[in-house]
Amino acid sequence: MIQEQELKTFVEGTTNYFEVAAQQPASIGSPYLVTEGQPSCHEYTGMITITGKREGVVYFTAPKAMLTVLLMKMQESDFSHETMRDLVGEVANTISGNARKDFGRDFVISVPSVVAGERPEIPAANGTRSFVIPINWRSHSAKLIVALK
Amino acid sequence: MNASLNTNGARRSFKLMIVDDSNIMRRRIERSQQFEELELVGTASNGVEAIEMFRKMDPDVVTMDLTMPQMDGIECIENIVKLKPAVRILVISALADKATAVEAMEKGANGFLNKPFTDRQLNEAIAELIR
Repeated sequence: MIQEQELKTFVEGTTNYFEVAAQQPASIGSPYLVTEGQPSCHEYTGMITITGKREGVVYFTAPKAMLTVLLMKMQESDFSHETMRDLVGEVANTISGNARKDFGRDFVISVPSVVAGERPEIPAANGTRSFVIPINWRSHSAKLIVALK
Repeated sequence: MNASLNTNGARRSFKLMIVDDSNIMRRRIERSQQFEELELVGTASNGVEAIEMFRKMDPDVVTMDLTMPQMDGIECIENIVKLKPAVRILVISALADKATAVEAMEKGANGFLNKPFTDRQLNEAIAELIR
C-alpha cells in the first residue's frame, strides 16, 4: 500500500501542476483513505495505469466548469468535449510522470485513458486502497486519486 | 530573442515539427514559442506518425513527447536521428526521473524539458537548441 511519504510526491506534483500550468496555486486538502467502495468522480476523469515496480492506477477527476477555466488560463480557445478529455488525460499523465522523480523509472506509466459522464465506470485495482487528494482551485473542486500496491 | 545568424549575417530559418499525443500540448508549444526563425512544418501525435511526417517535411528542430501510443518518444528519437543525424531534438515530457533524461540524450536528444513548463522555460530550452 502507498506510504505517507509517497503520497507527498503526488501532493507536490499536483501543487506544481497548478502553479506552473495554470499560473495560479491550488489549495490541496488533506489526503484521505476511501474505506468503502470506489471514490466518486466528476464529469471528466483521466486515468493512468501503473505497472513495473508498483501496480495500480492514478486518476485525476474534475468538473467541466473547472476544466473550462483551466483551459482559459492556458490561453486555449477550444472548449470542446474532446479538448476536455485531452486535458484530464494530460493532467493525470503529467502528475504521474512527475512522480518518477521519486519512484524512479521502474514506475511505468501508461498513456492516459479517459472516461466522461455523470457516473463514470472506474476499473477497481485489485488489492489496492484508494487515497483521495482533494484539490480546490478558484471556486472549483477536483480530486487526484492514487491506488497503488 | 536573439536570432540565429548564418555566416553571411542573414537570419537562419529552421523547420519545426511538434510531436505530442495531446492536442492541447501541441497547440501550446506552437503558440508559446517566440522564434521568428522557426517555421512549423508539421505535427504528429505518436512516433509512427512522426517518422512519416519527418520523411516528408525534413524538419531541423523537433519537440518530442515520450509517453505516446503506438511508438514512444525514445524509439522515435532513435529512428529520426538515423534519418538525419544533424536534427536538433528537445524532449518535452512529464517523466521526471534522471535515467529517462539520460537515455533520451544517449539516443540523440539535445535537450530535455519537464512538463509542466512556463513559456519562458520553453523558449529558453528552444534557444539552447538553435543558437
